[in-house]
Amino acid sequence: MEFKNPQEELERFRSRIAVAGGFVLLCFVLLFARFVWLQIVQYEYYRTRAEDNRISLVPIMPNRGLIVDRNGVVLARNYSAYTLEITPSKTSNLEETINAVSEVIDIQPKDRKRFKKLLEESRNFESLPIRTRLTDEEVAKFIAHRYRYPGVDIKARLFRQYPSGTLGAHVLGYIGRVNERDMDKIEEVDQEANYRGTEHFGKTGLEQHYEFELHGVTGFEKVEVDAGGRAVRTLARTPPTPGNNLTLTLDSELQGIVELAFGDRKGALVAIDPTTGGILAMVSMPSYDPNLFVDGIDTQSWRELNDSPDKPMVNRALNGAYPPGSTFKPFMALGALTLGKRRPEQAISDPGFFNFGGHHFRDDKKGGHGMVDMYKSIVHSCDTYYYMLANDMGIDNISSFMAQLGFGQRTGVDIEGESEGVLPSQAWKKKRFKKPEQQRWYAGETISIGIGQGYNAYTPIQLAQAMAALANNGVMYRPHLVNFITDAKSGRHTLIEPQPLRTIPLKQDHVDVIKRAMVGVNTEGTGARAFAGAEYSVGGKTGTAQVYSLKGAQYNVSGIRKELRDHALFVAFAPADAPRIALAVLVENGGFGAQAAAPIARQVLDYYLLGKRPNTPAPVDEGAIEAEENESDAAPQL
Amino acid sequence: MQPLSFEHFRRGWRQLIDPIDGPLMLIAGVLMLMSAGLMGSASPERLSAQAINLGTALLVMRVMAQVPPQRLMHFAVPVYVVGVLLLVAVALFGDISKGARRWLDLGFIRTQPSELLKIAMPLLLAWFFQKHEAMPRLRDYGIAAALLLVPVALIARQPDLGTAILVSAAGFYVIFFAGLSWKIMFGMLGAALASAPLAWSLLHDYQRHRILTLLDPEKDPLGKGFHIIQSTIAIGSGGVLGKGWREGTQAQLEFIPERHTDFIFAVFAEEFGLLGNLALLTLYALLIGRGLMIAANAATLFGRLLAGSISLIFFTYAFVNMGMVSGILPVVGVPLPLVSYGGTALVTLFCGIGILMSIHKNRMLVQK
Repeated sequence: MEFKNPQEELERFRSRIAVAGGFVLLCFVLLFARFVWLQIVQYEYYRTRAEDNRISLVPIMPNRGLIVDRNGVVLARNYSAYTLEITPSKTSNLEETINAVSEVIDIQPKDRKRFKKLLEESRNFESLPIRTRLTDEEVAKFIAHRYRYPGVDIKARLFRQYPSGTLGAHVLGYIGRVNERDMDKIEEVDQEANYRGTEHFGKTGLEQHYEFELHGVTGFEKVEVDAGGRAVRTLARTPPTPGNNLTLTLDSELQGIVELAFGDRKGALVAIDPTTGGILAMVSMPSYDPNLFVDGIDTQSWRELNDSPDKPMVNRALNGAYPPGSTFKPFMALGALTLGKRRPEQAISDPGFFNFGGHHFRDDKKGGHGMVDMYKSIVHSCDTYYYMLANDMGIDNISSFMAQLGFGQRTGVDIEGESEGVLPSQAWKKKRFKKPEQQRWYAGETISIGIGQGYNAYTPIQLAQAMAALANNGVMYRPHLVNFITDAKSGRHTLIEPQPLRTIPLKQDHVDVIKRAMVGVNTEGTGARAFAGAEYSVGGKTGTAQVYSLKGAQYNVSGIRKELRDHALFVAFAPADAPRIALAVLVENGGFGAQAAAPIARQVLDYYLLGKRPNTPAPVDEGAIEAEENESDAAPQL
Repeated sequence: MQPLSFEHFRRGWRQLIDPIDGPLMLIAGVLMLMSAGLMGSASPERLSAQAINLGTALLVMRVMAQVPPQRLMHFAVPVYVVGVLLLVAVALFGDISKGARRWLDLGFIRTQPSELLKIAMPLLLAWFFQKHEAMPRLRDYGIAAALLLVPVALIARQPDLGTAILVSAAGFYVIFFAGLSWKIMFGMLGAALASAPLAWSLLHDYQRHRILTLLDPEKDPLGKGFHIIQSTIAIGSGGVLGKGWREGTQAQLEFIPERHTDFIFAVFAEEFGLLGNLALLTLYALLIGRGLMIAANAATLFGRLLAGSISLIFFTYAFVNMGMVSGILPVVGVPLPLVSYGGTALVTLFCGIGILMSIHKNRMLVQK
């Protein structure tokens, strides 16, 4: 056994102490090197990151521009309200959080559904409203309990409101939460920065078309924030510029009267000031309440609106394409005069049918109208006259003349998504069909085009535009809803459509012949019952568009399902000598034009020209069945 | 009975400060002042609580400074046994907090027995080697290692990685100073590296996360990496001179997590910069250096081993804490010694300082 030398032992211990001391120094040098790296070499980088942490640019939403009608009646405005919002990424369990919050604030199943839908559509880390329009009491109640709900907060927000509800819903459209498609549009016009923080975007109607006018310029607040994202203090502030206001050509009173006149009928009406193209009323029935969409619509309401067989979401004025029926005849007659195919006094003998290639195209009046000149052909809506005329003009002459009046083309109205309709021609048919035998145009197909049937399909706004062009003697304007835009900052007005679109080369004599005949319609023809006792002179034309082809069978109103009944149409302009309004009415499955459509036109004109307010929907004139020559039999039967 | 005079006070004061080592007290005092300043910046509402902690800790220090090493040796075994028994009790009946079973409710006090082992461990091993002073053989190192591993395993199981590291480090330092041969140490290091995969599989998920996050904190910037990212930003943005007292945006705007406890160094580095860090490192180096000096001059092997180990415990605390906050070591719960808020660690550390002072007072008076 060997005993150790204490002195040697101590020396060995001291050397270990020295090693430990060296190790300590080495480690501290390592730490110091790390500090040098962070605090000198990488200083700029970390300084910037600390600043980024600290400073946050908080967008300040501009007030969205107002929409007012021609008389200054506000149709779309903003109001400020408190909302209860949840940032899903900041909650540990969303469902539990909502349940917990509902102990303090009333949250309906409807609110939950809407929130769920928002959640599906939302961008990352967004704060989403679960309840809107909190009362002051609710706000106070929640604030007292706020600490219990991380990720839940109260915010003051501006909401869009359409005070007139369903009135003009299709015109105004609505705003909804920004989605991917909207983001693409925003990027297209390079507005990403301006839309930082914007949550709503125009989805349809004017809200959509004028989105970038209405939006305004987003302001910014430079704030210092803490780790929880709460603003500690404001460093700088750039105020927002509110959006521009839209003043419409639309008369909301008139719009309301039209909607009232329709009652529970489906259909559309477009009324235009022919001297400017300004749209006075644009109605599509049934309508819907755009306010439902502003906070995000709940799934159930959305399904109801979308699945309804009445299709309230469709703007029939722009997206419904209907055969014009006999309302097409005045334009046919005008074309014939312009192209020299007919003279006004030139009369035909109407035996009650037109024979083409061994086939009888029947007139609606058995035995015919006798001797029929142009005036009579319009007043009494004689089909045989137009069968012959169409045959004499030929399809391409018809289509090129009608194209000048805007048929079969988008009018360019300031609402997106307008339909084109169909202006049939040889070229159109070639494009439309694939098989060679279908691509060929048959001369027999031209015949029914003359009475507005066959392939003809136009939107109510096209019909109204053509009517306005005729009323304004061929000087055509683009139909538009916005009269002028008021710049929010300078107050300067920008007119939307001060210049005519084009002037159709028409002879005034010819135009006058047609106008006279259309006045005759309402004094002695198919519109006489509807306009009995009118205190103004008004030109018009009834029309009935076939929905269902009757293979030779007798048309029997009671024996046919409602959705297969004919559409009723009416076009009109007034006063006849200096028209201030031109309109087209369509009543889906309304039957004869004189029966369902003309009475609506009467109420509209009575109000617009005389200020007379009806207090009931326009009557359905059952008696008009006799007065209206039964046009519907004149279906193209090839 | 003599009336109370100035002389009484002078003598009383003398007695009071008699076992106190000036240099150690000075360094600890400066660190305490820094701590108070930082606390005033990071969370002023805790200043008074920390003052009470400090009072308790100073009392413990003063008491320990009075106990001569020879007496202390008698406590080595009982304290160790009680400590291990308490750890077993924790494993069986302990309270769970933040997913770990660390606390034991003894009815009158709620305590973390693992903290006791930070002092009990070196105490026991120093006693053990003193006993076998004559002929420390390989077998003795083996027994020492076993005595060390029992409490470490219990603590690691709680799980409390930070304390486990500190306790095993404290024990290892004793074995190291006792003269374990370099060959064996390097051999064991090699074995440890070789068994790393096994150790990995034994770690808790959150511990693995911490290690992975250390390797790439940016991978998980809002979750596990958030602490490290924000503390490195704080340190880096401090620059050379720092942003100034109470001017650190990362600290004041609460981007630094745990900013009065484990991450208080980030607050310091942000507000006082590289120069502040240099000063802090210097203070710790002086403290450790003074401790090692005391160890070198201790009268007995027990004193040497104990003083050496305690000094290096300070180093371990400081290095692990600053290393983790600056992002070169994984985040384990180790406070910045004498600076972080918290009573337990403070008491432990001042207890260690007290022991150092006692060993110093009973040093070899005759140098060769």
